[in-house]
Amino acid sequence: MSTAAVARVRTGFLVRRRRRYTLFIVPALVVVGAVIVFPWLFTLWMSAFDWKIGTVAHFVGFENYTKLVTNQRFIESVVHTFYFTLLAVVAPLILGTIAALIFHREFPFRGVLRGVFVMPMMATPVAVALVWTMMFHPQQGVLNYLLSLVGLPPSLWVYSPQLAIPSLVLVEVWHWTPLVMLIVLGGLAVLPVEPYESARLDGASEWQLFRYITLPLVAPFLVVAAVIRTIDALKTFDTIYVITGGGPGTASETINLYLYLQAFAFYNIGNASAVVVVFFVIVLALALVLLHVREKTRWS
Amino acid sequence: MELTPTARPFRPRARRWLRRAGFWLSVVVIVSPAILVFLWMLSLSLKNEIDNIAYPPVFIPDPPTFANFVQVFEQNNIGRYFWNSIVVSGGATLIALLVGIPAGFGIARTGAKRLTVLILIARMTPALSYLIPLYAVFQFLHLNNTLTALVVTHLVITVPIVVYIMAGHFETLPKELEEAALIDGGSVWTTFRYIALPLARPGIVVGAILAFIFSWNNFIFGAVLSNRETRTLPVAVYNVLTFEQLAWGPLAAAAIIVTLPVLFLTIFIQKEIVAGMTQGSVKGG
Repeated sequence: MSTAAVARVRTGFLVRRRRRYTLFIVPALVVVGAVIVFPWLFTLWMSAFDWKIGTVAHFVGFENYTKLVTNQRFIESVVHTFYFTLLAVVAPLILGTIAALIFHREFPFRGVLRGVFVMPMMATPVAVALVWTMMFHPQQGVLNYLLSLVGLPPSLWVYSPQLAIPSLVLVEVWHWTPLVMLIVLGGLAVLPVEPYESARLDGASEWQLFRYITLPLVAPFLVVAAVIRTIDALKTFDTIYVITGGGPGTASETINLYLYLQAFAFYNIGNASAVVVVFFVIVLALALVLLHVREKTRWS
Repeated sequence: MELTPTARPFRPRARRWLRRAGFWLSVVVIVSPAILVFLWMLSLSLKNEIDNIAYPPVFIPDPPTFANFVQVFEQNNIGRYFWNSIVVSGGATLIALLVGIPAGFGIARTGAKRLTVLILIARMTPALSYLIPLYAVFQFLHLNNTLTALVVTHLVITVPIVVYIMAGHFETLPKELEEAALIDGGSVWTTFRYIALPLARPGIVVGAILAFIFSWNNFIFGAVLSNRETRTLPVAVYNVLTFEQLAWGPLAAAAIIVTLPVLFLTIFIQKEIVAGMTQGSVKGG
């Protein structure tokens, strides 16, 4: 057989085979269609109706959306969400980077200590939230005792309207700093050595090495960590629901908490669906950043 | 000037010592919050109620008691909720493996990369946008408050992560063996079944463990779709132990019972956690 003939047989073969490979994807597509894509479309559709479970749905067009613009409680929940997200992204990013720089060095027991450091990330959020609830307790909580040890006055933590969100962020920081650390550590592991050698020869200080070489080189990883953290922080539910339930009053009510109440306390499915769509658009705006960044950094 | 010769060998050593101490101090500062919260959880679970609400706090249980663990199993039916969680997370993980492993293979061999974008978008969607429609459908089918409804809903979590991990894993496998088998007259199915699948075992283990953990940790699906009998463990810990009684010892004991299996499974997948946490999963909330 000539090489051309072999090639022809091979292409026919490949096309036929490609079709058979596609069959492998079908069952998963059916499942994804049923539990993921169908709910998306259903939500979009329901957002145009005034519907409470158990009543007849009325088509209202964009009314659910226009009502949101003047809904004071919803607007406040958006503000709370952004405030919470900003803190819950910036703090883990800074601490996670510092932790990554530490764990990038060689030292005894590094593996074990890294394993311990990463533990919070995998722990069940509800369990963690309950433990923090006990630690936040103003009278018997261990946190106020620790404050008293260093001579600070006791705090109301999540029971104070002003401190509720920062206190919740504290839990979030404890929970998710390890994820940022692992992402940045992955970035540090692939750094080239040459720039450091030449910079050292030129007499650069440790700080200069970090500021002008390490930081720019791990920047793509920091961006990825920032975007992932942003998405997760926007969507935080368990911690807030368990620790404050959105309170005191509505001081820590984020979009997700408001959404939950609308859907499963008041059964306002139409209104809740519109909130979901708006919420999704907010997250998607950041999702596009993620896809863009991923393409640019070729990181996976 | 005369001091310099003697001071010189001393100063760098002191500085090195200081630097090392500073470094270890920073290690302690960064690691201790992680470990202390878990130790506090353990301490609460092993103390009686009087010590648990004492001020200043009692740190070391003296003597340690297992009464809290006994109580959550005997009075709070934790065993049953543990079993519910095993059924829901186990069932959802098995179905995800069943459809997700072949899908990962298909995506890797056809290069259908666009499908992984779908998974990324699923990762970004708020959990309630799945929960509201599925709740309405289950209401219509009279399936609310059943374990079946929970297993189906947990597929939202488990299928994307398994597909994502498997697609990545099959891509790294050498294609030569499969090509050779195909040329020898094997079908695509037999190459999958007898060549790719056995080679993919490590990837399957990682995918299964990650899917199980994310499903196990999920709270919101169970909170909405279950009742007193069908609650999963995280929901039970929240509902039973916080609304019906406010005792710290049993609460901490239950929190340990929820978290321990997850921490144990984590040991096996240390290195793959990042990929799983960052891309494939639809997390709660």
